[in-house]
Amino acid sequence: MTDREEVLQELAKRYEEQTGIKIKIDLYAPSDSYTRKVIASAQAKVLPDIFGILDKKEVFAAFIKNGFVSELTSEFAKNNSEWEKSLFPKALDINRFEEDNVYGVKPGIYGVPLDITNIQMLYNKKLLKKAGFDRPPKTFDEFLVMIGALKRIGITGFVSGWGELWLADCFASNYAFNIMGEEKIMATYRGEVPYTDPDWIKVFEVFETLKNKGALIDGIVTKVNKFAEQDFALERAAFAFNGSWCVNVYQKMNPDLDYAPMIPPPISLDFPMKIWGAAGSSFVVNNSTPNKNKAIAFLKWLTAEEQQTFLSGETKNLPANRKALLSIPKVLSDFAKVSDQTTHPTIWKYNEAVLVTDKFDKGIQSIIIGDKTPRQVAQEVQDLKQKVIEKENRRKKIQ
Amino acid sequence: MSNALVKQKSSLFHDNLTSFLFIVPAVMIFSVFYIYPFCDIFKLSLHEWNGIDLQKQFVGFDNFFELINDNDWWGSLWHAGFITLVALTFQNLLAFALAFACDRELKMKNFYRVVFFIPPVLSEVVVGLIWTWILYSGTQSAEHIGLLNYFLDKIHLQHLINNWLSNPKTALPCIAIVHSWKGFGWGFIMFLAGLQTIDRQLYEAAKVDGAGYWGMLTNVTLPMMTPVICVVVILTILGSMQAFVLIISMMGNGLADYTSVPVTQILDAMVGSKRFGYACAQGVSFGLILIMISFSVKIVSDKLKKI
Amino acid sequence: MKTNKYRMLQLLGSVIIHAFLMVAAITCLFPLFWMFRSSLMSLDTIFTDKSIIPAVINFNNYVTAWIEGGFGIYLWNSILYTVVVVTGIVIISSLAAFAFSRLEFPGKNFFFIMFLAAMMIPLPGGFVPLYVLMTKLGLANTRIGYILCMINVGLSMSIILLKTFFDKMPTDLEDAARIDGCSKLRIWWHVGLPLTKPAIVVIIIFNSLNVWNEYILAQLLLNENSLMPLQTGLMKFQGSHSVDYPVLMAGLTIAAVPIIFVFLAMQKHSLKGIITGATVG
Repeated sequence: MTDREEVLQELAKRYEEQTGIKIKIDLYAPSDSYTRKVIASAQAKVLPDIFGILDKKEVFAAFIKNGFVSELTSEFAKNNSEWEKSLFPKALDINRFEEDNVYGVKPGIYGVPLDITNIQMLYNKKLLKKAGFDRPPKTFDEFLVMIGALKRIGITGFVSGWGELWLADCFASNYAFNIMGEEKIMATYRGEVPYTDPDWIKVFEVFETLKNKGALIDGIVTKVNKFAEQDFALERAAFAFNGSWCVNVYQKMNPDLDYAPMIPPPISLDFPMKIWGAAGSSFVVNNSTPNKNKAIAFLKWLTAEEQQTFLSGETKNLPANRKALLSIPKVLSDFAKVSDQTTHPTIWKYNEAVLVTDKFDKGIQSIIIGDKTPRQVAQEVQDLKQKVIEKENRRKKIQ
Repeated sequence: MSNALVKQKSSLFHDNLTSFLFIVPAVMIFSVFYIYPFCDIFKLSLHEWNGIDLQKQFVGFDNFFELINDNDWWGSLWHAGFITLVALTFQNLLAFALAFACDRELKMKNFYRVVFFIPPVLSEVVVGLIWTWILYSGTQSAEHIGLLNYFLDKIHLQHLINNWLSNPKTALPCIAIVHSWKGFGWGFIMFLAGLQTIDRQLYEAAKVDGAGYWGMLTNVTLPMMTPVICVVVILTILGSMQAFVLIISMMGNGLADYTSVPVTQILDAMVGSKRFGYACAQGVSFGLILIMISFSVKIVSDKLKKI
Repeated sequence: MKTNKYRMLQLLGSVIIHAFLMVAAITCLFPLFWMFRSSLMSLDTIFTDKSIIPAVINFNNYVTAWIEGGFGIYLWNSILYTVVVVTGIVIISSLAAFAFSRLEFPGKNFFFIMFLAAMMIPLPGGFVPLYVLMTKLGLANTRIGYILCMINVGLSMSIILLKTFFDKMPTDLEDAARIDGCSKLRIWWHVGLPLTKPAIVVIIIFNSLNVWNEYILAQLLLNENSLMPLQTGLMKFQGSHSVDYPVLMAGLTIAAVPIIFVFLAMQKHSLKGIITGATVG
């Protein structure tokens, strides 16, 4: 969030000039500090009027169920849903709880998206041209051919910050959607399909293939994303997998970098490839503040076209407001094109237990360093899943 | 007679009281800012709690039973143990040797003393950045990017070139070495402070008795330094067992299960999976383990002192 | 002839010692140099310019760090916190360590073991009860609250370290002082403190560094930017996604300089400490 500090402070100043209401914004970095602060403030009952949760849906739900967050559904519905309609539905979805959601939260909208991010693959046009290609790959096989050609002229194929496990997880999730579709993934999370299913093994095998073909940059499994961003910006690899915030990063590091985003090349024709995309950050309103209406008014102002255009122009993030999308840089609007192909864990009906996800992601690392085979990893993940389910059942019985 | 006894007693009481007053400020601050949170944490370790709910579910010692069977936890303890062993041997021997070398009439003595303290002064961020850059793997235009691999390439030791941080064999040793590098300055100034309190006359006396360098080291320096060595050893153990910032800044979430340490496990449980109760149970058991280790060091060193 | 050989050996010995010290010194100086060098570059040359001294030298990063990072106020806060906390720790911990080492009172061992144990038990999740407590006491978002917390952080270790040194203090001095009719407090001040100067120097350095580099507790307890220490400013340069390395390096250099000066100043005192120690002895 701190990369937006200056812009947010500027907006707060403008708001004060316009309305006379002073907004005080405190930002915290790194994000762990923020998580601690919010959790501690909730327990001490001193949450500010407006805050962000920046965590899994489950945590968001816990905040709501304990009465820390006020419901905004009726605000969004006012004037023929004027506010709701002005924003991208995908951005709003992560703040929405559907009917009969697994978290047991009363259906409705509980937060206001500030901007949107999505995570895609990127290709370096210059390097691809060097290897004799003038367009990005359309299929996974074509991608592998290009990797081979790049390799022959001494260029590394693919870089991503998989030292941060969630990025590897996101990549795997994209291919899982492509290979087996949403229904089967959700069934797996519910415990009805095992991870040893051939389709899941195929997902793991994507990583094995990438490794065997020498597509992955050296040291990818422990590469922190900021170093991965450096590698791509300095043209050390032809493809990257990164979020839309990278536009800002690459712009600063290497203004001449000629690149474009692309959907990861599909490996199967059975289901469409899906990428992750949702609100980059959202704000919620404190349920027990006397300034509730003022807080909502400020958020409405913040997500209006003018402010959104300013925000996205300065921070190079995708705006949450539809109209503001018209006036953003080219690369950024390329990122926005695929919004119908986006999905995100926060809008799924079910989510995997964190422990299982962790095992899954570490399994990917093990495959890449050649420690384990896809089958072994699948078995280990499934064993843990079994344990987690059993524990959950025992707990339900006690309750 | 009885009057005198009362007087003596009251003066003893008065004496005890004034002595006790010396520790009152420390105890007061400590009770509020440590004991109270600690009790709360112990209470939390008996609950299942996500950090947010206003109601916490009491589960007895379940978290501790789960911990005993948690292989990842024991694995992480072993990794921290490995880092500690490297720090105890490599880091402290180096620190002692450097302090010993500096504890004499020497040109540029002050220069060394300042320079050795640079790594501890630098923030973990810089240290992480620099070492990641040194240990970087990969090439660009056929040149190695990382300084170490570049160097190995130039001196024709190509077979040693390695993915230092993502090879299970080298990842943890690399972390341990960087940690030791960052920490040896501490050992150095503590040892130096200790060496300086040794009475020079003792050395003179030993010299008169015909002791050489080695004799002075074993007969004068080491025995006099035992308490300081004991403190340094304990502080090294505590510091190394709890090291984690370097791991996060150099390799993100770590290399599969090869580089996990207790603190990253605790953070994962707390911030990642929001299992505060479990994280607190981990913290309490980890503390107990550290206490046991430190007290054994203390006992061993007390025995050594008697010899 | 003999003296010549002895001289040669001595020379060889000192060459070896210097070589050993020099190698260690270079590995320590290198990062500092690298940090400073990077702080003079710009974001588009920092990764490409491989020369030892950058082709284009640019001090703007320091200006940016100072102004955008709001370093003026942060620096003042950090200095204030460091001075107050370290003074507090030295007084409180040396009083306690003196008592643990030299005085007798019931419960002595119990309290000492309590401090010893506390040094070892990390408090994960301790931030929740701590923050709740601080809010109840009205100490959240205050300087004094943060200072007290930081004193607590350094207390156990300092007490234990100082006790080790008090234990080594010769008793005859103390007895002499006692016979002279000195009160315990005066013995602590006139005999105890001067003799443990090297250890106090270590404690000052250790705790200054600790307070100087702290940001986790600060961000938990404080809200206002005007109360925050320096590290908060540094953290802001490493936004979640973009890192402006040259400015970060400039900020880190600014942050490292004062603490190196503290260390330099302490060096002098530690030498003085030994001299006074020797004269008292």
